[in-house]
Amino acid sequence: MIRIYDFKGVSNQEKKNDFSKREYSVQDLLLLVWIVAKVLLVVICLLGVVAYLTLAERKVIGFIQSRIGPNRVGPQGLLQPIADALKLLQKEIIFPTASNKYLFIIAPILTMTPALAAWAVIPFDQGMMLANINAGVLFLFAMTSLGVYGVLISGWSSNSKYALFGALRASAQTISYEIAMGFALVGVLMAADSMNLQEIVLRQQGGIWHWYWLPLLPLFVVYWISAMAETNRAPFDVSEGESEIVAGFHVEYSGMSFALFFLGEYANMALLSFVAALLFMGGWLSPFEGIPFLAQAFAWVPGIIWLILKASFFLFLYLWVRATFPRYRYDQIMYLGWKVLIPVTIVWIIVVGFAIQFGVGPWFSH
Amino acid sequence: MGLILQQTVFYAFSAILLFSAAMVVLSINPVRAVLFLVLAFFCACILWMLLQAEFLALVLIFVYIGAVMTLFLFVIMMLNLDIGPPRKGWLPYLPLAVLVLGLFIIAAVSALKPEYFDPDVYQVVTQPENYSNTKALGAVLYTEYVYPFELAAVLLLVAIISAICLAFRGKRPGGKAQRISEQLVVRRKDRVSLINMPSEKK
Repeated sequence: MIRIYDFKGVSNQEKKNDFSKREYSVQDLLLLVWIVAKVLLVVICLLGVVAYLTLAERKVIGFIQSRIGPNRVGPQGLLQPIADALKLLQKEIIFPTASNKYLFIIAPILTMTPALAAWAVIPFDQGMMLANINAGVLFLFAMTSLGVYGVLISGWSSNSKYALFGALRASAQTISYEIAMGFALVGVLMAADSMNLQEIVLRQQGGIWHWYWLPLLPLFVVYWISAMAETNRAPFDVSEGESEIVAGFHVEYSGMSFALFFLGEYANMALLSFVAALLFMGGWLSPFEGIPFLAQAFAWVPGIIWLILKASFFLFLYLWVRATFPRYRYDQIMYLGWKVLIPVTIVWIIVVGFAIQFGVGPWFSH
Repeated sequence: MGLILQQTVFYAFSAILLFSAAMVVLSINPVRAVLFLVLAFFCACILWMLLQAEFLALVLIFVYIGAVMTLFLFVIMMLNLDIGPPRKGWLPYLPLAVLVLGLFIIAAVSALKPEYFDPDVYQVVTQPENYSNTKALGAVLYTEYVYPFELAAVLLLVAIISAICLAFRGKRPGGKAQRISEQLVVRRKDRVSLINMPSEKK
């Protein structure tokens, strides 16, 4: 019931209604507590993922480069993220004298918050989500597009040339790749005929060949490349290119304020990996669906396990790519974004349109 | 609780909206003014969300906040505007300002009369939970309003082309543009030649 425009005061009837509603208030309070508890659960799990993602990154890159990686703190180095977190907590936060104080503090928060807020619509299993909203994909896209403000504001408010350069590079790159990513998502929306993430996953039912990676293969590739560019990860990490501009937008940050940027970046990586798994890899659906014996043999595995496995694969891809490819030159990044990825998505959207019109294959014939 | 929660959200974000809109005009630093404008847009999104216009609200976030305002901020940060004390001599402009403000107030009051907002006459349309705002908008936009929609698209295209024409001054001689197709067709014999030289005798 929406009556927010009651400027003239509430009528007597409504006052009575409000009064009688009070008996439900305990129930409502419990509901609120339950929602907050669920939010906390997601956030705490996410922070755990981020912490161990940093360890995984160092280990994976270590093995790719024939090193061992961190192995001193705890068994096999498993407590390394906790040691790192404690170190960052204890460090002094330095404010540059010429910086814009308020914006300098707000910037890391603005990076972190949208990265966490976007998790509200991610379904972990059928019905297992914080908010089942119709415009789920739009909400995701809106939240990821807000992330650029943290970078821009941090770069400007530090009052440092390197930071400003990093911020300008990052924002130009994010805007360019957002278009390609948006078009890739449009293809998924067209194929699924819905913007609800749960609905999109359920449309992919029927085994590994029904998942959207196959009919939307070009869009899948474009989505993944843009996801790497959106998070400013290697090979698109010119915004913090240490050989040119020291550390880019967060060069003046230290201690916890730096840790927030770090957390935001890794939370975004995890988010885009989960979204890739949901939109193109069938989310929580079992990969053995439709195969006679394997389907029954793996029927006991809960959907969330499949989703986590798929997302982990994408997270591994991030690390693998980082250890494999050299950094792109800035003009090459722009060339790839505008002249390669965007035309590919536009062509494939037209193809998907025709496929829907003529009900091609098992994917579009509903 | 739903009602109270909604009213709290409405009044809180309206207050922030009004404050940030005022700060857009009042702040001297242009970057701060733009950031307050972003905040104002964001609050407007929340108000739209309360009216169940989730498609418009989210599109406002990622088109205006995520792209347009980022570019705006980008340009203002690059300009390195000189933030000195406010310029003097505003008195000659005062009559004009008062006149414009007066006209604007008259227009606003006549357009936003209280009777247009009578809650008993103008009921807010509430939709069931599975109602898709996006589908409804799409169904109208591509049928009834397809002509104005296409016109707006063409207008934007013209604006893009004219902006490119203004900025593009032709290829400069001696420019170092990368031509990827040329790079790809290069073979070894185009760049390197193997010279056979007999070894010299001592």
